[in-house]
Amino acid sequence: METENISDISYEKYLNEDKLMGSRCKKCGELYAPPRPICIKCYGTDMELVEMKGDGKLAAFTCISVGPPFMVEEGFDRKNPYCVGVVELEEGTRVDARIEGVDTGKPETIKVGMPVSVHFLHREKNNTQITYLAFKPK
Amino acid sequence: MLKKRKKLGRGVAVIGAGMSKFGMFRDKDSKDLFAEAFNETIASVDKGVDPNEIEALYLGNFSNDFFVRQAHWGAMISDLIGLAPKPATRTEGACASSALAFREGVFAIASGFYDMVLVGGVEEMSKSSSTEVAEGLALATVPYEGKVGFTFPGVFGVIATAYFAKYGASHRDLMNITIKSHKNAPFNPKSQIPFTVLELMHAKIESLKKKGRPVPEWKNEIDFLSDPGANPSIAWPMHLYDCCPISDGASCMLLVAEDLAKNFTDKPLSVAGIGQGSGRGFHAAPSLTSFEATKNAAEEAYNMSGFKPEDIQFSEVHDCFSIAEIIHTEDLGFFKPGEGFKVAEEGLTALNGPMPINTSGGLKSKGHPVGATGTSQLFEVWKQLRNEAGERQVKKNNLRIGAAHNLGGTGGTCTFTILERK
Ligand SMILES: [Zn+2]
Repeated sequence: METENISDISYEKYLNEDKLMGSRCKKCGELYAPPRPICIKCYGTDMELVEMKGDGKLAAFTCISVGPPFMVEEGFDRKNPYCVGVVELEEGTRVDARIEGVDTGKPETIKVGMPVSVHFLHREKNNTQITYLAFKPK
Repeated sequence: MLKKRKKLGRGVAVIGAGMSKFGMFRDKDSKDLFAEAFNETIASVDKGVDPNEIEALYLGNFSNDFFVRQAHWGAMISDLIGLAPKPATRTEGACASSALAFREGVFAIASGFYDMVLVGGVEEMSKSSSTEVAEGLALATVPYEGKVGFTFPGVFGVIATAYFAKYGASHRDLMNITIKSHKNAPFNPKSQIPFTVLELMHAKIESLKKKGRPVPEWKNEIDFLSDPGANPSIAWPMHLYDCCPISDGASCMLLVAEDLAKNFTDKPLSVAGIGQGSGRGFHAAPSLTSFEATKNAAEEAYNMSGFKPEDIQFSEVHDCFSIAEIIHTEDLGFFKPGEGFKVAEEGLTALNGPMPINTSGGLKSKGHPVGATGTSQLFEVWKQLRNEAGERQVKKNNLRIGAAHNLGGTGGTCTFTILERK
């Protein structure tokens, strides 16, 4: 079997297949998500891709009213803010993601520490499929 | 094997400093702004200096490539100031670009290669639309963050919610940072927004009256800042008054080998400590409520200088967003973790407090032309330590040690520089 490249490109390719991937160092066992090609703990280079379960808790968040053009195109603005956050996965690593299914008009109701699970958001841009990593409250 | 000395090969001194006015200028470009800063720098050298003696330029610029579609600013500015054909090097560390220029200039002299170099920075942002500026600045976020829609204010919004949850702080504590910094603003002639929050509130009332609109009954600054009509959310809990403005500006400083400094001035400042660090973004940062790059920069600067946090008599601290000032004052060791949010309300960081922070008014009111910010913070330290800060002068006995902390991007590059009047 051909060894797979461990990179941001493969990370995104797997997101398109509804898979949240990390990488594990075969030498020392350290786990990284998003995946790293180099183990920064032992400098081992023999890394394998592993799929994350997709469960975790919300470590921090923000509700953005003034977004970049690609979010404005999706219809987000001052009247309709979107939520992004940092999720601490059960496996112990952190990922950046969009947070769906929360009331962005009432950000004080969104709680740091609440359990969330993964949810893949598919969008099409210039005939190319892109997938945003997202999480929803459990 | 490695000795890891982390000391300079020889001493380096600052003998001149200048900055342009910060603001949004329709009729001034990067060259005009840098010329303003350069002329002031040369004029500030007490015993005079021949600009032909400058041997090299280190220039910080983050993204004029994006903001005004022109790159390669080292060479451009070397032509402007008559330095060419001598070397010019551009440094880029997002909003810490000119602090990196300062550091590289220090190393160039400390190595013994040059005796006199000019360091500085420039940025021209206001000719882009606010969406373009947001997009340009987002180029300095970590890709995993930018791709899911994080903006710059968004990154600091995330940090704020993590800090609030950990220490029980709230948006009201952030307002106190804004109010404190703006109190120093009217005394800084270079300031982009030279008004206190109270003055801004009264201006808003006047403008609403003039337009015949209903005027809310704001009792004080906190009332005003709590009104989403006056202070709308940008990236909750970051509101408009938690964010620095979009700015144009330039700043620079003249450095020489310390043993030559007395030829130029009787009041040189010596570079006592100079530190830098890198940060990794939320996916790998050791903590969401602390900046590892700032901690590393502080450790380097304190070790080199032999000073401790309590020896620093005042400091400029990077306050691109209100929450950033709180966390950095903790990371720099001025206050304990979880205490930084209380100190502005208690007056500890006010101009007349025991530990004045951002006597310049901070980036929030002075302005933040990103590539020019690092050396403009050091310009403030220069003014204060030479007792030339006018109405915003720190009135402490034997004022001789000041510092500046500069952050780039969302914490990817941080510096901490300690200057000393001997
Ligand atoms: Zn390893």
